[in-house]
Amino acid sequence: MNLQVKIGLTAAALLALAAAPAAAQGTLQKVNDRGELTCGVNTGIAGFSAPDEKGNWAGIDVDVCRAVAAAIFKDPKKVKFVPLTAKERFTALQSGEIDILSRNTTWTMSRDTSAGMNFAGINYYDGQGFMVNKSLGVKSAKELAGASICVQTGTTTELNVADYFRQTGMTYKPVVFEKLPETIAAYNAGRCDVFTSDASQLYATRLTLGNPGDHIVLPEVISKEPLGPAVRQGDAQWANIVRWVLFALVNAEELGVTSANVDKMLESSNPEIKRMLGVEGDFGKGVGLDNDWAYQAIKAVGNYGESFERNVGQGSRLKISRGQNALWRDGGLQYAPPIR
Amino acid sequence: MMGREPVTFKAPGADVSHPRRSPIDLIYDPKARGIFLQVLLVVALIALGVEIVSNAITNLQKQNIASGFGFLDRIAGFDISQTLIDYTNTSTYGRAFWVGLTNTLLVAGIGIVASTVIGFIVGIARLSSNWLIARLAGVYVEVVRNIPPLLMLFAIYFAVLKTLPLPRDSIALPLSSYLNVRGLTVPKPIWQDGIGLVGAAFIAGCVAAIVLGAWARRRRIATGRIFPSVWAGLALIIGLPVLAFFLAGSPVTFNAPTVGRFNITGGLTLLPELVALLVGLSLYTAAFIAEIVRAGIAGVPKGQKEAAFALGLSQGQVMRLVVIPQAMRIIIPPLTNQYLNLTKNSSLAVAIGYPDLVHVFAGTVLNQTNQAIEVILITMGVYLLISLVTSLLMNWFNARMALVER
Repeated sequence: MNLQVKIGLTAAALLALAAAPAAAQGTLQKVNDRGELTCGVNTGIAGFSAPDEKGNWAGIDVDVCRAVAAAIFKDPKKVKFVPLTAKERFTALQSGEIDILSRNTTWTMSRDTSAGMNFAGINYYDGQGFMVNKSLGVKSAKELAGASICVQTGTTTELNVADYFRQTGMTYKPVVFEKLPETIAAYNAGRCDVFTSDASQLYATRLTLGNPGDHIVLPEVISKEPLGPAVRQGDAQWANIVRWVLFALVNAEELGVTSANVDKMLESSNPEIKRMLGVEGDFGKGVGLDNDWAYQAIKAVGNYGESFERNVGQGSRLKISRGQNALWRDGGLQYAPPIR
Repeated sequence: MMGREPVTFKAPGADVSHPRRSPIDLIYDPKARGIFLQVLLVVALIALGVEIVSNAITNLQKQNIASGFGFLDRIAGFDISQTLIDYTNTSTYGRAFWVGLTNTLLVAGIGIVASTVIGFIVGIARLSSNWLIARLAGVYVEVVRNIPPLLMLFAIYFAVLKTLPLPRDSIALPLSSYLNVRGLTVPKPIWQDGIGLVGAAFIAGCVAAIVLGAWARRRRIATGRIFPSVWAGLALIIGLPVLAFFLAGSPVTFNAPTVGRFNITGGLTLLPELVALLVGLSLYTAAFIAEIVRAGIAGVPKGQKEAAFALGLSQGQVMRLVVIPQAMRIIIPPLTNQYLNLTKNSSLAVAIGYPDLVHVFAGTVLNQTNQAIEVILITMGVYLLISLVTSLLMNWFNARMALVER
């Protein structure tokens, strides 16, 4: 893409932002009128959002959008996925091109407070790490003084590396690319000693390299990267929908409700399950949906644990352990407020 | 939309000096109508502009997106691989902007010179009477001109990366320089006291060369005798600083690069990203310039050349004194376009990791501040300014080269 096209696109997005009607209808209304949800996802990162062999989008971030679509339309297929680079994602959300940004995006204060968006929750607790070629014989990030480091722009990653090396008093040479494929190609060609990104992304990337066994992820995690879906600021109802769909998936895991047994669970005597699945109470009304919203979401993508294992856990090629993403009662950080 | 004054028929005996001009008559006056419509258009355009700006501000505030230019004074916090001016990750976003801008200007400046040189050589080669040279130049133009520049950059960049060895197997060059996949590292000169003398000698050499040139020209016109002022001028420009350098006692030391665990450390490094970008942009733009040069030379009437040969001028003199000066008038205007294209295409740097203005400022800074409107406005303004200045210089040059008709 040359400059004219690129600046043109950005300018068009800005113009859309500038020309958006001052008083807009609610996002839920717009989504209902359109008949489908538009969801901004990564251009391709295994386990989070990537098209599978049949061209269907799959991943833990994709599941969030499918669950929301199921809660609204009772059909997880009514989603249009818009692949975005790290650089494009916020403008796409701000200008109304997408309804949800579910693209391994770190929740930070500046993004939450001055970028025109709100985070709805955390669907993956991550942290930034380093990957190096085994042949360098590096065992720890503390040995990286003087190394060249490949980074993708438009992420919190650039700042974290700078902070880490400033803190430890080491020097390094950054090589910054716009897109992930070029970043990885440069790392692979030996332009850099180190590729740095969120740990989950390092594992996903390692699988795509010629011989994954030649590369190791160093033990240090240098930052907190709580990843989660975000929505435009100023529409509390829409934020509530996304937030509570996310919570419902975590609660479902805690209560033992899965996509397989959710129909049987409708007859459960547990009041918590009854409230969640809409058998009891009127919880759908509060978010402008039918009372079976959570039932539909769970039936479509399974509970949080199922989604995790299928996309990034033992059921996937990534084989990432639950770690911080285990339920709170199992020593992890995933904890959802109750539905009552 | 200016029409001519309508012909007015005068009734006999009517007051000729004061034609009646009531407001109703103005409707039938094409000139007045034209002015009215133009004023209406301008007012509508201004109203549209005001509406867009105020709507953008309202929406930004409503969505709680930060605005204003205060972010330029905040700490950037990220690092940049090539900085021509002092910059660390504790510098401000404003400073990062200047780093990006100087990097863009570096590429544009060197790229313009290189593409012009290659373009002229290839353009003249296409007109060569040597069949092989003319065909080779033709193939070059046709192939390069028809490949998207972004693909060329990728091809060159990854070709460079694949060809060069890893740092551990660096190619050691003379003068303790090293070449590897991370770039070409040479000793970094550190200037000591007395270097000012060398600078002064350089300026003095330039002034002397200009004076000498003017004198040689006057003498040639007066007496017809030729003085080799180009060589003498070069000798002055190079010789004087060299002399001053040794007189001042070689006021320079070198920071020689050494082989570290990961990289060559110390010294000055020429990044592979910069080389790939320069080579790609220069080769691409040169193909267009070559065609412009060929067209310009072909546009000089054949009789001019024949007349020059008839006067006994040599092949080189015919080219240098008769053909090229006339061809320049055809060449310069489209050449300006190519210079502007090269400058704008330099933003493709973002794809291969060269930290130009778009990469650093409209990329990283935009993402970290989330102030897309301000950042894009500044970036577009800068490219507009660079392009306007380039056009201005080229127009001035064009006016100088234009045919002075007597």
